[in-house]
Parts: sequence; C-alpha cells; structure tokens
Amino acid sequence: MTGSQEIRAPDLSLLTIQQDSQYDFLFYLNFICSQSASLIKIFLCSGMPVDWLVKTMQARGLEVFTQTFSRTLPFPDENKERYMVKGTNVYGILRAPRAPRTEALVLSAPCTQGDHNNQAVGLLLGLAQYFRNQIYWAKDIIFLINEHDLIGMQAWLEGYHHTNTTGMDWSPLQGRGGSIQAALSLELSSDVITSMDLVLEGLNGQLPNLDLANLFYAFCQKIGVLCTIQGKLQRNDWDSVSGYSHSVQTMMLMVMKQASGRPWGDHGLFLRYHIEAATIKGINSFRQYKTDTNTIGRLLEGMYRKLNNLLERLHQSYFFYLMPSLSHFVSIGYYMPAFGLLAVILLLRALDLWVQLASPPPGTEDGVVDTEQMWSPDVLSVLTPLVISHLTGVALYYLPIHFQKMALEHFPVSDTEAVVLTAIAVYTAGLALPHNTHRFVSGEGTEHGWRVLKLVAVLYLAVLLGCTALINFSLGFILALTLVPVAAFVTPHVPKVPSAFVLVILSPACTLLFSVFFFQELQEVPISFQDGWVLYLSVISQGILDHSLYGSLVYPLIALLVYPCWLLFWNILFWE
Amino acid sequence: MAAPLTLLLILAVTIRAALYRSSLADLIAERVEVVSPLTAWKRVVEGLALLDLGVSPYAGDVFHETPLIIYLFHFLVDYAEITFMVTDVITAVALYLAVKDYNKQVFRKQKYALEAERYPLDCLELIRSPKEMYYIPLKVAMFYLLNPFTILSCVAKSTCGLNNAVIALFILTTIKGNVLLSAIFLSLATYQSIYPLTLCAPALLYLTQRQYIPVNFRRFSFWWFVAQYAFMYLGSLFVMICLSFFLLGSWDYLPSVYGFILSVPDLTPNIGLFWYFFAEMFEHFRLFFLCVFQINIFFYTIPLSIKLKEHPVFLIFMQLAVISIFKSYPTVGDIALYLAFLPVWSHLHRFLRNIFLVSCVLLACSALFPVLWHLWIYAGSANSNFYYAITLLFNVAQVGRTVTETKVHLAASVSGFVYRSCCLTVT
Repeated sequence: MTGSQEIRAPDLSLLTIQQDSQYDFLFYLNFICSQSASLIKIFLCSGMPVDWLVKTMQARGLEVFTQTFSRTLPFPDENKERYMVKGTNVYGILRAPRAPRTEALVLSAPCTQGDHNNQAVGLLLGLAQYFRNQIYWAKDIIFLINEHDLIGMQAWLEGYHHTNTTGMDWSPLQGRGGSIQAALSLELSSDVITSMDLVLEGLNGQLPNLDLANLFYAFCQKIGVLCTIQGKLQRNDWDSVSGYSHSVQTMMLMVMKQASGRPWGDHGLFLRYHIEAATIKGINSFRQYKTDTNTIGRLLEGMYRKLNNLLERLHQSYFFYLMPSLSHFVSIGYYMPAFGLLAVILLLRALDLWVQLASPPPGTEDGVVDTEQMWSPDVLSVLTPLVISHLTGVALYYLPIHFQKMALEHFPVSDTEAVVLTAIAVYTAGLALPHNTHRFVSGEGTEHGWRVLKLVAVLYLAVLLGCTALINFSLGFILALTLVPVAAFVTPHVPKVPSAFVLVILSPACTLLFSVFFFQELQEVPISFQDGWVLYLSVISQGILDHSLYGSLVYPLIALLVYPCWLLFWNILFWE
Repeated sequence: MAAPLTLLLILAVTIRAALYRSSLADLIAERVEVVSPLTAWKRVVEGLALLDLGVSPYAGDVFHETPLIIYLFHFLVDYAEITFMVTDVITAVALYLAVKDYNKQVFRKQKYALEAERYPLDCLELIRSPKEMYYIPLKVAMFYLLNPFTILSCVAKSTCGLNNAVIALFILTTIKGNVLLSAIFLSLATYQSIYPLTLCAPALLYLTQRQYIPVNFRRFSFWWFVAQYAFMYLGSLFVMICLSFFLLGSWDYLPSVYGFILSVPDLTPNIGLFWYFFAEMFEHFRLFFLCVFQINIFFYTIPLSIKLKEHPVFLIFMQLAVISIFKSYPTVGDIALYLAFLPVWSHLHRFLRNIFLVSCVLLACSALFPVLWHLWIYAGSANSNFYYAITLLFNVAQVGRTVTETKVHLAASVSGFVYRSCCLTVT
C-alpha cells in the first residue's frame, strides 16, 4: 500500500496511515473518548463502538462476527466497578488463503472504557490490514476485541469450545476458525513504549509452554526492544549479591502471582483449553529510548509468522517453571524436591505417630481385649472433629455469598464488604470450636485419641499439599511452608498461649495478609497498614469472584480443604 | 446384631440417595477410575436404546455387558438408582452372613485346638476372643457399604455393583455349604466376567473340606465330588449361554462380551495395567503379550491353591485381590469388594510390617488419580506417563499388601498349629 490515506471515523480524530520504507504500513489510531460527546454517548450506551469496529474490520477484508454476553456477579466488584455486566465481543477472522481451515491463531485486545487500552485496538486493526495482504498464512487468524476483559474472554472461549462451566449467558458464535494453536493478548496504553512486559501466569497458576516465552524474548532481542518480566528488567551481574537478590525478587513475584490463582492477563483463560497464550503489555516509563508502534507491529508480525509455522502444538519445553529472569528458568525438577522434603517431614511425623500407636499398651491382664475396646471410642472421637471441621469449611464456602442479604440488613456495610466480612467472621468463629467439640463428646479425650487425630490430620495435610503442589506449585509451596512446621510440632502438651499465637499467625488467612504486604514490597510500592488491610479485603473478594466467574480453585481449596485441616490442628492443640 | 446392621443399611442408603440427587452424580459417572467400557451406565442406556430400535445391542461396539443384564434393565431402567442401592445392600448382607458363619467355624476349630493344647503359650495374641469376633461381620458390612469406592461405584451406576453382588452371594452359599447354589452363582459370575473362573479352586477346596472329603488326588471320592461340581457349574453356564442366545436370537454377544474382555481392544485409560502397555505395543507382538497378561491372572490359582489349601476362605480373598488388580478393565468397585474382607483377618494386621506404607500409598494414589487426569487431559501439562505412574504405584501397593497378608497369614497359621514359639519376626 503506497501513499497515505485518511479515514474519517464519526466524531473521532484523524486516523493516518503513513508509509514506512521497509514495511508497508504504519497505522496510527488514537481513541480520545473525552473529546467527543457522541463517542461518550457510544460508550455509555454500548460500552464499545461495536458498529464502528464491525465496519472497520469488514473494510479490512475480515469475516466479522459479534457475540453478546451478560452476567450478574454474585456481588459488586469494587475494583472494576461492575455488577450486572452486559457486553459484546467483536471478532474478525482472517482466512488463510491456501490452507484448510483446521487451525487458528488468536490476537486479542481487551477494550475497556477510558484510556486504558486505547492503542491496542488500533494496533490490532492495523495488523489486521497488513496481515490480510500477505500470502504465507497457513492458519486462520482471529482478531478478537473483547469487552469487560476477562468476562468477555470467558464468554468467547466458552462459546468457541461449546462448554458452559460458569453459568454465563452468551449468544452462540456464528463463525469459527478451527482449533486454536496459540493466542496473544495485547495491552497497550500509549503510542510509544519503553519496554514490553510479558505476563505468563494464568488461571489456577497454569503457565504456557516455556517455548512461547523464549520465542517472545528472542524476538525482542532481535528487534531491539527491551523486554521485561514482572515489570523488572534483567540484570547482567548474576554473581553479585544485589543481582542475585534482584532475580530472587523477580522469582518471588512470579510465585506470588501464580499462587493467587487469578489470570493476570486475558491470556490466562486460554490455557485451560490447552492453548498456549501470553499477554504482552507495553510499558511507557521515563526512559530516553522509546519504541514506536511500528516496531511493536513488526514484533507482533514476526511472532505470528513463527506461530504460523508451527506443525504441532507447543509441547516440547517445560510447562512447569519459575522465571527469575527472562533468560533463566527454574524447572520442576529443581523446585519439586524442595517441596518433597517438606512433605517428608509430615510423613516422618506420621510414621512416628504410627509407631507410638502400634507399640503394645502397658501390661494389663487381658491385654488383647482392652486394645480392641479402646479402638472404637477413639474412632468416634476422631470422627467428630473431622466432621465438625469440614462443616465449618462448608460454612466458610457457602455462607458469605448466600447470607449476603441478611448481613446487609443487620449491618451498615456495602455488598462486597458484607461478603468479605462474613467470610472473616466465619473463619474466626471456627477458632472457638475446640471448646465446644469437647463438651459435645462425652468424657475427655485420651492420649490415644489425639495421636490418632494427629495421624489422620498429618496424612490428610500431606496428601492435600501434594495434590495442590502438582496443580499449582506456588500455592502448594506457600501453604507447605506455613503449615508443615505447625503440623509437625503441635501436640496438647506444648505451651498453649504461644503455640496458639503461632498457629493463628501461620493460618491461611494471616498468610494471605502477609503475602499482600510482601507482594507490595516486592513490587517496590510499599503501602501503609490501613491501605494494606483494604487491599487484603479486596483480595478476598476478588478470590471469591474469580471462583464464581472463571472457576478458579483457590477459594474452594482453602475454604473446603485447607481451613478444615488447619482446624484439626487447632483442635489437637486444645485437646484437653 | 440386626439393629446395628439395619442402622448401617439405612445410613448407606441415605448417603447414596443424597449423592444421586446432587450434581456430583454426573461428574462421578464420567470418571474413568469408577467406570470402564465394560461397566459404564451410559453404555447400558445405549444398548437399551438399540434394543428398543430392534437392532442388536452389540452392533457398533458400544455395549459390552451380558444379555441378561440388558434384559434386567429393560424392565428396571426407570428404577435404576434403587436397583443399584438394593444390589449394594444385598452384597453387604451376604458378606455379613457369610462372615458370621465363617467366624463360627473358625471359633469352633480354635476351641478344639485349644482344648487339644496345640497352641503354644506365647501365641495368645493370635487367639481371637468371642467378643472381637462378634463385631467382625458388622465391620465387614460397614467396610463394604461405607467405603468411598463402593459409594462412588454405586452413584456412577456402574454394573460392577451387580458383579460384586453375585460374587458375594457365591461366597455366602459356598460358606453355608450349599453346593448347587454355589455352582450356580459361580457360573453367573463367570458368565458376567470370565475371571471368577479362578474361584472354582477355593470353592472346591472349601466344600470338600466341609464335607470331610480328603483333598487327595488318589481318592475316588474327591474326583467324584469334583465331577459333580463341574457338572453343576458347566451345566448352569451352558443354560445361561443358551438362554442368552434365545433372548437375543444370535451369537454375536460372545465376541462382544468375552472377546472384548480377552482381547482388550479398547485402550481407554483406567486403573489397570493393560492400557498403557497395549497402547505402546507393536501389532506383531500384541497377541503374545495379550496371552501373557491374561494367563497372569489364571496362573496364580495353582500355587496359591497348593499353599493355602487349608485356608480356602483366605484363598478366595487372595483370588479376588488378584482378579481386581490384574483384570483387563478394573475399577474401584472391584477393589472395594476385597477390601471389605480386611476385618476378618484384623488380628494379623499387627504383624504386617508395611501396612502403614501401603495404606499411605493407596490413599495418596487415590487422591492423585483425578489430579493427574486433570493435568493430562485438561491442562495438557502432563501426559499419559504421569497417570500410568500413579496406576502402577497403586497396583504395586495393592500387590505388596496382598503378598504380606499371605505371608503373615501362613506364618500365623503354621505357628499356631506347630509346637514352637510364635514367629513374630516375620521375615
């Protein structure tokens, strides 16, 4: 395409295409929504200029389709200020000229109100126009603009794969492109950037194949764009203390993000469908050397040409890794033994308890009969704490959302606060239980009784942590670090008050509180205690929302399994 | 003892009914650990649909259960949940009565041996008192009904429950000494899945000993009894096969049911050992390894029968364990049946040195099966090797437990009847 063109969009500023000597386009699009009254009206009415997008994409020769979706959140989301969400996704399919339509690649940009992601959509449209003129595409390319970021993406993916796991309402997709091999999501808020940030962590701590990250990094280096991970630049001095601590900080950030189980970019939802995806964020900081949209366009074009040449899905490299920097990674073979050693502590403690239990009781006359008799009442006294702990866990899972209305009537709090404060209240009420359990079971517990309960609890914790570490290593490791020492040492005979204090400090809720502060420290944005507490409450509410919106497993895991397990240890501490 | 048993039955039925009504029922019915291509309820429904259309239910390689099952469900398909609950109840009650009868005989033998002063003094720990033996039948019923494996199998409506019921009735009739019914139930069990054929040996051993016929190959009375039993068994098997033929009007159920079990064409992952091997195997060697794997199950009958001929009920337990580990499409329902027998020999558990390790491994593997399945099929981060590793570990733990139980049982029985000190150091 030669020359320059002007396209007049209704009430938008001028869109110019300039000619670049090496490549045929530079597309410069600027959404300035505050300038135009009618554009504000479009945003208020529909949130996204759907018709304009459809027309623009059609003008570029794509097959355009839309999908409407709606969802009522269980309670208002205060971070993103939404409650009853209605939206439309717009996507255009660029059909591969000479290939059967069996595979596809996705390039997506979330479209939100305001200036947050205004450049990404423009870049996407520019790329669409450029890609349309090339002949080397072997896979269909789907350009997706989703509204309400993750909710829209979830609706689109569910529609594409004909599943409905989260109870959302969406209209069926009219056009499809075959099985998706890879996806990239763009977030770009300024027309010049200083670095590109790669976001890998997806839903439930799932990560894309390391090959995708390596590919992106290699391309950035080739083109000469600065690439960061976790917002931190790489350092070259690995041997110095400060260089090493920088890498550790980067890795800890990744651990924290993975442990939260939330998708940290729109790509996070693709991973569940076995589609390798990553989010690319453009960061504009105070550096002298800026990269323009043209270079970003070339970068993305190169990425897509590489992905186009894939003969099979990316599976050769690791799926389980931690990255202290973009050029170094820690694979599962290195970090799993650390977790294994923690789990061994629990197994050794279990073995020790088993040996103590199996050794013959001090001599009585008819020894055989007594041992048998002792077993049955102990089984009952072990079963009671188990059942009560799990019922408390079930209460922690169900009550916050289902009793929201009742909480609103009695207390002057907002919807979200009601949910979060109910959760905290149920959690704290669980601490009062051991005293009630013992009045419920007639007679006091015996020495034998707490050992059996501890054996069961320790084995339960070991299996639970093992399964969690396999699915989401960071979550399993953090829980193991805080719960294993406590599980190993707690008995009814340790001093009660200090042990109770330590047990509460290391409980899942307090671990989360400390993690929030630690996360802020790692990002070099330390916050005060009040702000930290508010952030903590919002993290809990986000956790509950993520579970009901996208199927994140962190909240049900902690409420239904980890918390009852912790309660069992609390019970053992107060056994007498 | 009727009251606790009734309470237990009510509790078990309540749990199953509650799970049927919840949303977990569909989820459980799809788990490969709980249903196999032989036992899945989905396939029974498909077979019924084909039958209603007038087509043979075996057309299209979907349905692999026997014709009698399909005719049973032809009448009972609307009451399927109740059928499976009733089946579990029948199995539990049959096991309860069988173990009660067995305990009476064991106690009687023990009393005679004590009176004849054949027990050395330091073997007192091995002697069971009436009080402990009183609770064992209830424990057996409880182990079967409240076992999570059984509950999962029932909620998934797997026809494994029906297999278990037939085998439990076989055990009951054998222990009661009813030769005809024992042969009929055994042939019904064999008709459903071929492997209970190996239970012929312990049944014969038990029944001959009960009738005081010495197990001696040179005696005519022994061979006469064997011939009688074989005649009853083969006769009822023949009747059932012919009945199936007349019900459906063709012989095509033979390759679909027995051919399927023996030649293992479907390699859906399950908790058994076959699928991974045969997925990796070259066609050239397939028949050879198929024969090896299938003979493996039948092979253990001979040495086990020779060694355990004084303990036919323990031999039944061992055979059930071997069948459920090595059969071509095992599910957790099969495992639940032999786990129910553990309380009968609970007095020996003190001597099992690795019971803790084995139980931990079994527990951990049961928890890891769904996790690794999710990682393999849904997340795509793992592959079949991970799942098969857990399967192998699970089966190795079961085999380990089976072997040590046999060793300890033999050691205890030997030391109980020979005048020397108890070998508490079981090497």
